[in-house]
Amino acid sequence: MSDIENLERDLLAKITAAETGAALEDVRVAALGKKGVVSERMKTLGKMSPEERKEMGPALNGLKSRIADAIEAKKTELEEAALNARLASEKIDVTLPIRPEPKGKIHPVSQVTEEIIAIFSAMGFDVAEGPDIEDDFHNFTALNFPPDHPAREMHDTFFFEPKEDGSRMLLRTHTSPVQIRTMMSQKPPIRIIIPGRTFRCDSDQTHTPMFHQVEGLVIDKETHMGHLKGTLEAFVKTFFEISDVKTRFRPHFFPFTEPSAEMDVQYERVGNEVRFGQGDKWMEILGCGMVHPNVLRNCGLDPDEYQGFAWGMGVDRLAMLKYGIPDLRDFFAADARWLEHYGFDAADQPSLWAGLSK
Amino acid sequence: MKFTLSWLKEHLETNASLDEIVETMVAVGLEVEEVENPEERLSAFTIGEVLSAEPHPDADKLQVCKVATRDGEMQIVCGAPNARAGIKVAYAPVGAYVPGIDVTLSKAKIRGVESHGMMCSVRELELGDDHDGIIEAPVSAKVGEPVAKVMGANDPVIDFEVTPNRPDTNGVDGVARDLAAAGIGKFISPEPKPVKGAFPSPQNVVLDFPAGAENACPVFAGRYVRGVKNGPSPKWLQDRLRAIGLRPISALVDITNYMSYDRARPLHVFDADKLKGVIRARLGKEGEKFLALDGKEYVIDETMTVIADDNGVLGLGGVMGGEDTGCTEETKNVFIECAYFDPLRTAKTGRKTGINSDARYRFERGVDPDFILPGMEMATQLVIDMCGGEPSEVVLAGEIPQTDKTVLFPPSEVKRLTGLDVPPEACEQILSALGFTVRKSDPWQVDVPSWRPDIEGKADLVEEIARITGFDKLPAAPLPMLKAVETPKLTAGQERRRMARRALAGRGLLEAVTWSFLDQKHAELFLSESEIKAKGLILANPIASDLGVMRSSLLPNLIAALQRNADRGREDLALFEVAPIYGGDQPEDHANAAGGARLSDPQRHWQGAAPKADAFTVKADAIAALEAAGAPVASLQTSADAPDYFHPGRSGVLRLGPKALAHFGEIHPRVLKAMDVDGPVQGFEVFLDLIPEPKKKPAKTRPALDASELLPLSRDFAFVVDDAVAAEALLKAVRGAEKKLIADVSLFDVYQGKGVPEGKKSLAIEVVLQPREKTLTDEEIEAISARIVAQVEKATGGTLRGLDPGA
Repeated sequence: MSDIENLERDLLAKITAAETGAALEDVRVAALGKKGVVSERMKTLGKMSPEERKEMGPALNGLKSRIADAIEAKKTELEEAALNARLASEKIDVTLPIRPEPKGKIHPVSQVTEEIIAIFSAMGFDVAEGPDIEDDFHNFTALNFPPDHPAREMHDTFFFEPKEDGSRMLLRTHTSPVQIRTMMSQKPPIRIIIPGRTFRCDSDQTHTPMFHQVEGLVIDKETHMGHLKGTLEAFVKTFFEISDVKTRFRPHFFPFTEPSAEMDVQYERVGNEVRFGQGDKWMEILGCGMVHPNVLRNCGLDPDEYQGFAWGMGVDRLAMLKYGIPDLRDFFAADARWLEHYGFDAADQPSLWAGLSK
Repeated sequence: MKFTLSWLKEHLETNASLDEIVETMVAVGLEVEEVENPEERLSAFTIGEVLSAEPHPDADKLQVCKVATRDGEMQIVCGAPNARAGIKVAYAPVGAYVPGIDVTLSKAKIRGVESHGMMCSVRELELGDDHDGIIEAPVSAKVGEPVAKVMGANDPVIDFEVTPNRPDTNGVDGVARDLAAAGIGKFISPEPKPVKGAFPSPQNVVLDFPAGAENACPVFAGRYVRGVKNGPSPKWLQDRLRAIGLRPISALVDITNYMSYDRARPLHVFDADKLKGVIRARLGKEGEKFLALDGKEYVIDETMTVIADDNGVLGLGGVMGGEDTGCTEETKNVFIECAYFDPLRTAKTGRKTGINSDARYRFERGVDPDFILPGMEMATQLVIDMCGGEPSEVVLAGEIPQTDKTVLFPPSEVKRLTGLDVPPEACEQILSALGFTVRKSDPWQVDVPSWRPDIEGKADLVEEIARITGFDKLPAAPLPMLKAVETPKLTAGQERRRMARRALAGRGLLEAVTWSFLDQKHAELFLSESEIKAKGLILANPIASDLGVMRSSLLPNLIAALQRNADRGREDLALFEVAPIYGGDQPEDHANAAGGARLSDPQRHWQGAAPKADAFTVKADAIAALEAAGAPVASLQTSADAPDYFHPGRSGVLRLGPKALAHFGEIHPRVLKAMDVDGPVQGFEVFLDLIPEPKKKPAKTRPALDASELLPLSRDFAFVVDDAVAAEALLKAVRGAEKKLIADVSLFDVYQGKGVPEGKKSLAIEVVLQPREKTLTDEEIEAISARIVAQVEKATGGTLRGLDPGA
């Protein structure tokens, strides 16, 4: 038996001494391979007497299994050591900066337009739109601007060169022509908002020759000015994300509404910030009113049967007020610094359920 | 329109405070823009009394005064010659801001003598122009009383916006009528008493208009007053005019201004001795010229209404009188004109001449025709009161225009249109207070007063009742829901734009919003001059010469913006815009596009800089926008025929069948040079409206996932083809070789050079085969490979360069 013990001691020593996977493999082949010492010894079992075999069988099997286990354990140990050595050599400076990736942004006009759409869509408004280049009928006449009336002058209209018949196209001065296009092509009930570009020949710190409006129109058989008030008050609270905003409706004049009003919102200026829902100043936010009977008539609707309200508001101005953007002219300058600072992430899609803005 | 509180109170008997009056004005639709209270402005200044005035020891022109003031006895050094013991003065303490000299007073030593405060002149307090000496207040004034009160400068000035529909509020009495109707006082507007004429007017008037133009001036009332003495108007009138920003000139002129603001009734007063022959109201004649009161000469044409005598044009009807026949200090006899001028013609004349006068402002909005004769009486009385003289009888040419208008009005309209519950009695009361006459038949018959040309129908009366009742009383009601759950609100086009916008921002481009118009010089680089003209894209009145043409492409403004940013040091930038472009001047020419431009100068980085943007970057941008917008991008074909503002060799068109959905590529260097842009710039434009609408499907179910259990295998091929062969043609041929089993084809190398003949190129591709029912045998794979090679050869003439076993 002692030679088995000696063999085992000898093999275990070789296993312990193996420094590489290859050396260990050599030990394994020499011990457990087809012609290895342990395998050779196992072959001798067949020639033994039953008594010898009874004794040597378990002893050799035990040896074989212990050697195999030892090799496996050593193998794991060597792999572990090799991995540790590799890992030690693979250290990087994780403080190195990442490669900068360009971050795209959505322009505040687009974002705020979508915020407005999110609010009014929840109130059942569809989104309509119409062309920037209009004719006199849709932009003025149908909207109850008498020819040569001073109210037309106030619109500072951009005109195109006159045609041979004397007519001339113009750039729409408001989104209201889309009211006309909608009422002439669609039967009430109508509940739409109309975002879009508008143009007036005017330029200073608070006016640009192009700006954006959202118009609203509701036509049915029962909507009255109280609905107008309720709708727009709800809008202001939702848009500015302040539950307690005070509003004021003031009589005003627009050719296309009667009665007409302007809506003011109570505010306070704190530093450069405009804060709604506090203070004692009033800021005009939008113009509105009940659709003028002449406008309804011009669109083929009987004003004794149909009624409703309309309003118009400046998207750029709402964006300035909500997000504290100081100068309207910067909206259209395409200055990358401004776009990155005031723009919105592509994934930041306004919704009522996730919050209009972050 | 400005007026003072005391002026208003002549027409409104009220106990309301200034704040209440202002609030009520806003509530009824008279939008107050500013209230200026001189009492507040001058609150620092109080009455003092000079107790003694001794010569300054070291200055001839200065005096050292002891002054009794609110703050006790003060020593004040003063240079005014009229400073003397016993007078009451305007005392300004140390710390007061003196507006007229823009100085805040501090304790001073003047030539060695201490001076505590100042005694002010009229000009220093901005109470007038007088600067001859310090204010000498009435002796009755008490020390410590506010100077503003003593000097009569305690009358707040209210400025409000007159909306075009309310010409009656161009007069103070019109404002008072609204306020009285709103319940804060009693309206006072005495009907002017007729002044008896002592003699027939020696000056005659005729209306001389061709048929069709009679309405230019339908009525002209005139009156001669002889023996007047013109001079400064009384202080109360001067104070009022000055308070609202008008300069008092002389009694006769001041009266016309007063009438304009008190009763919204413009008048003109001629120096009768400067008139020659009959006064004619007529249309202008070509070539006539006219020297107006503003000292400028105007060219008359035949669309304008003029007042003329035998010498020529005396005035532009309803706009401005003439310099030559105006009143002066020497005027002895006058002729007063009180007429009606057509609003539209007045407005046109005003626009043509550019004259903005109080008269034009009123006539073009419409003056009260029924107040022509009462206005004449009132003016006559004022002239006699201030200048004496004897009036003639009134001469009247033409007829007072009829304004009788009756509106049939069921009072239930108020509730229908506003939701307000206003009892009929209250409706009647409001209308009556505003000057309407209500006859309570069914429906009501409501007569419209002559000063309200804006009232046409029922809705106008609803507005009157609602605004006087107060919009704050409107019930705020939500709109009833139309559906239990709302459905999508965007049109297909709007949704495309939304998706394209978010996809491009997601690719790292910044969204810009640029003008719809641009410099014609830039526009012509993208559309020929003749096409711009033919399509009618030129604005007749651009705001600036470089914003004169509607854009046919989004690219020029974006490219110009890139350069502006580059000029600020930002040379690596990608901009995009999703917005309209214009194919012509008709509404249907309005089209929606998504476009972008890239200027590429990637930052250095320790891992190596990012690749520079090239034509394929913007091809990817275009495809991303198209895909987000719902275009079937797998079916797109690329052709190399982009418009000529692109680099001819580095640009392409993405097509769906014959439709060009997008252009992309490097912008033509010549275009960049003309725009002063340092390129290269890569650009793309996607025509979102041209994307076909996806077919409506009955359900949202997606096709079942086809994921095979079998391992895919790949084979590489390299083909030698002519240089001119499009890679897309080769890839298409490969895909077509075996539609069922080829899962993917990718092109991983394009090679020209050693080993490839001149004029040829090598395209290396990897084909992924996805076995379906069973693994593929070597023979089957060989057969597919052979088909691929044959297809490529058939489609492109390409030959196999080498067949390598798959990786």
